[in-house]
Formats: sequence, structure tokens, C-alpha cells
Amino acid sequence: METGKYVLEMRHISKSFPGVKALDDVSLTIKAGTVHALMGENGAGKSTLMKCAFGLYQPDEGEISIEGKTVALPNPKAAMVEGVSMIHQELNPILTRNVMENIWVGRVPYKKIAGVHWADDKKMYEDTKNLFADLGIDIDPKESVSRLSVSHCQLLEIVRAVSYGAKVIIMDEPTSSLTESESELLFAIIKKLTAQGVAIIYISHKIEEVLDITDEVTVLRDGQLVGSWPTRELDMDSIVSKMVGREMTNRFPELTHTPGEIFLEVSHLTSANPHSFVDVSFTLRRGEILGVGGLVGAQRTELMESIFGLRPIASGTIYIDGQEVKIKNPRQAIAHKIALLTEERRATGIVPMLSVGENIVLANQTANHARYTGGKGLLNYASRNEDAQRYVDSLSIKTPGLKTQIQYLSGGNQQKALLGRWMLLEPDILIMDEPTRGIDVGAKYEIYCLMEEMVQKGKCVIMISSEMPELMGMSDRVMVMCEGHLSGILTREETSDERIMYLASTYEKGERSNTNANKEI
Amino acid sequence: MQIKRFNMKEFLMNYALYLIMLLIVIVIACISPKFISLRVIRDILTQSSTRILVALGCMFIIVSGSADLSGGRVVGLAAVVSGSLAQQATYSNRFWPQFGELPVIVPILASVLVGLLVGVCNGYAVAKLKVPAFLATLGMQMIAYGVNCLYFNKAPNNSQPLGGYKESFGNLGTGAIAGIPILVIIALSICLVVWVVQTRTCLGREIFATGGNPNAARVSGINVFKILMITYMIAGALYGFAGCLEAARTGSATSSYGLSYELDAIASCIVGGCSAGGGIGTVPGVIAGVLIFNVINYGLTFIGLSSYWQFVVKGLIIIIAVAIDVRKYAGKN
Repeated sequence: METGKYVLEMRHISKSFPGVKALDDVSLTIKAGTVHALMGENGAGKSTLMKCAFGLYQPDEGEISIEGKTVALPNPKAAMVEGVSMIHQELNPILTRNVMENIWVGRVPYKKIAGVHWADDKKMYEDTKNLFADLGIDIDPKESVSRLSVSHCQLLEIVRAVSYGAKVIIMDEPTSSLTESESELLFAIIKKLTAQGVAIIYISHKIEEVLDITDEVTVLRDGQLVGSWPTRELDMDSIVSKMVGREMTNRFPELTHTPGEIFLEVSHLTSANPHSFVDVSFTLRRGEILGVGGLVGAQRTELMESIFGLRPIASGTIYIDGQEVKIKNPRQAIAHKIALLTEERRATGIVPMLSVGENIVLANQTANHARYTGGKGLLNYASRNEDAQRYVDSLSIKTPGLKTQIQYLSGGNQQKALLGRWMLLEPDILIMDEPTRGIDVGAKYEIYCLMEEMVQKGKCVIMISSEMPELMGMSDRVMVMCEGHLSGILTREETSDERIMYLASTYEKGERSNTNANKEI
Repeated sequence: MQIKRFNMKEFLMNYALYLIMLLIVIVIACISPKFISLRVIRDILTQSSTRILVALGCMFIIVSGSADLSGGRVVGLAAVVSGSLAQQATYSNRFWPQFGELPVIVPILASVLVGLLVGVCNGYAVAKLKVPAFLATLGMQMIAYGVNCLYFNKAPNNSQPLGGYKESFGNLGTGAIAGIPILVIIALSICLVVWVVQTRTCLGREIFATGGNPNAARVSGINVFKILMITYMIAGALYGFAGCLEAARTGSATSSYGLSYELDAIASCIVGGCSAGGGIGTVPGVIAGVLIFNVINYGLTFIGLSSYWQFVVKGLIIIIAVAIDVRKYAGKN
């Protein structure tokens, strides 16, 4: 298939939901054999546009054509038959079946013997094997899917798309949960696919990645098309300014704070789970931002959740302001003025059907009943709304109102509301687990500013992050973990990509025997 | 980019059940114009009163993201227990011949305590032992019924229907103040209290948060175990009190009282807008849900339709209600 021919054309697409115009006259054209990035802030309409292309939504206006032929896509099945496939951010493989059955689910090859359709496992195995060979994937088709890593599950979805004869594959934030090497593997496969004439629509917030692997970039903002450009004409700053609609000179605020005396001391902390962290010691100063780096499986989240009382600890002590504290559950952590912005916004953050206001006051209401009841037992809505509104304003949370259910806000605004929930408690220690994952550049910058504001006031911030620029741009020190061990703490001067990567992938084995020796004493 | 315009589809979805109820009332009134009368309204409200208490208990459970199948049998148990303690001294078939006539507060408190006790067991099984709520409360349903039958069968009663209540107890169910049945007054006051607890106290808001996302609630410092215990206890107390009133209303009690009340209550909650997934539910909605079912019950009997038809209509309403509900929420995601 020659490059340059439009394989997918979406013309003048508009789509409204009750109360919101999600897409307003957006057009998108994709050439065969190219990687086309679709970028924009959260809520810009990227997902809505892609759901129209994949038959999950029906556009109110506009038309979609594939290889020049206007098509109707009433459902995903139809889209796949026409050659459009989508790899979702959250993968849903059938965990109890094996690899090949997941790929061929719904259209298992069969042999007809005595009038009965018998599944043809041998053909299925051979077909799967060939598909894998084409793309250079090394997975046993008979492996159980429950044993595969996230990245392999993703490859499975891609192979499934290819097996449908996909001409366009939509990938929604495909690298958000992949390690660096897994991402490399994905990029290699994307190359092979484009060489075969398949077009990729690539949705990502990671600008470096987009600059690296895509041929064209389309930017959306507030449901409208900003424009499409060849990637080689763009750089980091120009993409950012197109997305936010203004010049963004700095991705990080200027850091002017200076750390004070030691406030939190964690000493020889070991998880009750034998597969989690072991013997971690670190300190945190007043007015300090401590970055926590590491690869997937480094147990950073587990460590912080243990400090917050969500997971049990086997041994070790925590001192706050010189006092030993015992924290067995989040209530006690909150009483000690620790806050934890969790990694999984949906799973452990928002209460989706409750209002934005309700979500913001949630933690403070439980911790400080009297603040809203005036000691009389009945809630005073005015004071709750006042508190919530204050954070809606100061964090510039974009919401139609305090009463809007939080599930209808974009990811970045949900995150800011959750941040407001914790800020309302006026914590001394704010732990943030991947605070900017999956949110747009503008919201990211605001969250960074807020961190700086906190440490200016002498509070402490711990930030788990998998994004190198963020770790280096925001942290006073970076603590790096590897497979449950603390492999090193770098000061701002020492920090570099290479040092972090090095520490993230190795730790001094000798340290561990020391730990054991210490324990015996 | 906000567009506000009247959306017929949304309007129909939001008010479909009320429209259906209105339609049924109109049809019934056309067939039998006497249906629109003060007496009928009073009857329906009186019948709904005990049902509303059970449904409010259920609402707490559903909003907290849990389930409770024990309600009906707790009503039965509480009815028998309170009835057995509310008999006149002169009645010949006394359940407890050895006791004198007890003050009316005794049967009331006893019924509430019985309910509380079941609630504690339910809550502990669900929140501490982590037994799935459906199964834990199914177990309690059977236990409550078994205990009820054992108690009811105790000599000298030997499973004879209870009767001969003191006047003050019977008045709870049949008396009226200024023409308004006492039952209705009690039910309305409890609705008011529950509404205040639900919307105006931290506890109420924490129940919503727990039901909406228990993990997020826990991270935010809410004691989820405590919340579940409290909701089951409140629900149990409400079931117990409902049982006591049911005995007073009917002037009798047997161990078969309360059969399948829990299912009616769950249905009323769902029809009244509670989300089966937790986190959503209002007192006015639940009241409307109970009234819809009772209007249908009463109305269909009123025009002489076989009671079997009532089941068909009720079943249809539940399915329609949930089908609409699913669409209402699915559409926005």
C-alpha cells in the first residue's frame, strides 16, 4: 500500500452530550502507513473523536470514510470489519483463557464434522504463530493470559487488531503503564505495522514520545480542531503552546524554597508482605520536595501506602518531628497530618456519583466534624460549600458547579479536586503518587505550582513519579527504589537521567545482607 | 460550552415512573371513580407506613453499597416478640401467662432491640468476616425465621396467632389524631429523622461516600467498618419497629408475618431512584417508590383485578425502572 493515500477521513464531526458540546466541526485525515499523533488537554475531545471512529459513539454531524468510501459505524464490530481497531487504555483480556483464544475470541476457526462445528485449535495455533512471527513477538499462543504482563496483553490487543485486517489502529495512551524497555518493544512493533501499510492513531500526553515516533500531529482544544502539522515542523514548546492555546515558556515553576530541619524520619521500614519493600530508611525536611523514582515493581506505592497506614508493616519505625508514631490506618495518618494523593484516581480517589463539593470536603469532614457542624451535630452546608468553593477557585477546577457529579469532570480536574480534598486538611506531609499521570500540561503546571506553594509554607511533599523531567524538575532530592530496596538518594546537583535509571535498575546486594545482620542484633 | 435546552427524552426518563403511576391512577379512577376519595388515600397511606420503615432501612443499606435480605423475617420476628409482650392481662391465650400487663414501651423497645441485634450480626458478618452481603443476610433471614418459629411455638402458645393486645398498643396501629392515622404520623416523623440524618449529618454523608467508593472512603479516613455496622444497626432497628407497628396495625401476629417484605423494600428503593451500586438514594424517592407499589396494590384490588395480576404489574415496574436507570447513567459515561 502506497503511503500518502488517506486511509481514514473524518470530516466535520460534531458530537454533543447533554449540556456539553464535546466535538465541534472537527476533521481528521490519516494517511496509510503513518503514525498520527492526536494531542490535546484532558477534555479536549480526543477520546470522543476516537470513539466516533471506533463506532462507540455516533457523531451528530459529519461523515467518516475509509479508503475513500463513506461508511456507517454503528458499533465497534462494524468498525473492526471496516478496518478500524482501538487499543484501550485499560485492557480487558479474558484472563481465564489462553493467548490464542483471546485473539480469536468470537470467531474461532472451526472444522465441521458430522454437522457440528468443532473448534480448530491447530489452525488457531498456526494462525496465531504466524501473526506473532510477522511482528516479531515472542509469546507462546497457548500461554494463559493471566500470566502475561500488561505490555504483553497490549501486544495481544494489537495482534487481535491485525488479525481483523486493521487498516487503522487507535492507541490510547499505550505507554502509560509500560516501562521504558517495554515501550521500546511497542515502538518497534509500531514500525513494523506502518511498514505493512497500517496507520496508527497515537494518543499520548508524552510529548517526547510523540516527537520521536510520529509522522503527523493533530491538536484539539476544547472540542475544536487547532490544526494538523508534520511532526518534523514541531518541537516540545510549539506543541505545548498549541495545546494550551498560549505560550508556555516553562514546564516547571521556579523553585525558590529552601529545606529546613528534618521533619519525617523513616527508619528500617519493612513491609509485612515478603514480596514488597525491605529495610527502607529516609528522611524528609520541612519545606522539601522529595522525588521518588523507580521502575514498575519498585514498590514505591507500597512504601508510601504503608506509611499512610493502608498496608501493614512488619518492622521499622516512623518519627514525625522527633516523635515516634504508630500508624495503623489512614485515620491515624490523617490525625498526624499526613495526606496521600493515591495513584489510582478512579479506584481509590473519587467517589464518582457524588458532587465535586462533596468529594472535596470528604476527608476534612471526617477528620474535623466540628468544622462543619459547629459542634451541633447537624451539618452547615454554607461552610462546606465555602471550603469547597475556595479550592475550586484557587486550584481553578473547571466544573459547571459544586453540585456536578465529579465523574463528569475531566481527569485533570478530578485530580485537582482530589488535591483540594487533601489541601483542605492542611497536611504537614503531602504524599503524591504519580500526581500528574494522564493529565494535561496546563493542569500539570498548576499542580507543580501548588507543590512549590506548600513547601514555601514549610510543609513537606513526597512525589512518586515515573516521569524523569518531572522528578528532576521538581525534586530537592530524588530517592530511587529498585525491587523493594532503596538503591540511592540523589541531591539536586547529582540528579541526572542516567543516575536515576542506573539506580532504578540496580541496588547493592551487599546492603541486603547487612539488613539481615542488623535484624539479628 | 454549555447548552441548556429542554430534552424530552431526558424528561421522560427522569419522570417515567411518576407518569406511569399517574396513568394507572387515571385508569383506575376511570373504571371506578370512587377511587379518588379521602378514605382510599388514608388506607393507602396507612398500609404504606410500615412498608416505608422497612424501605428506609433498606435504603441505608443500599446507599452504603451493601445488600440486606433479612428485613422481612426481622419484621416477622419483631412482630411476634412485641405482640407477645403487649397482651391484655385478661386475655385468655396469653403468651406469657406468668407476666402481668406490661407498659406499652416494653414491646416497642423489645422489637427495636431484636432488630438491632440482627443488625449487629449482619454488620459483623459483612464488614468483619467479609461474608458477601447477599449471603450473610440470607443466612440471617433464615436464622431470624427459625428463631421466630421456635419462639412462636413455645408452650402454651404452640403457634397460635397472637391477639388480645392492650388498647394503648393497638392504638399505635389503628388510632388517629385529628383524623390522621397515628401510623402515618409515626412514619412521617421517622422519614423526617432519616432525611435529616442522611443529608445533614457527617454520618449520612460518610454513608454515601462509603457506598460510592469504599476504597476512596477508606483512604479519606472514613472508618468503613464502623459505617457498615451503623447502617446495618439502623436498618435492623427500623425493621424491628416496623414489625411492632405491623402487629399493632393488624391486631395479631404470626411467625409468617413480614414474608418477602425485604424484596418489596428493595424494589421500592430501586424504583425510587437508589442505585443498586451504592452511593445514590433519597428519602423522597424511597417514599415515592413505596407509594407506587401500594397504589398499584390497592388500586388493582379496588377495581377487582385478581391479586395475581399485581405481581405481574409489580415485576414489570421493577424491570422498567432499572432499565431506565441504567440508561440514565450509561448515557453520560
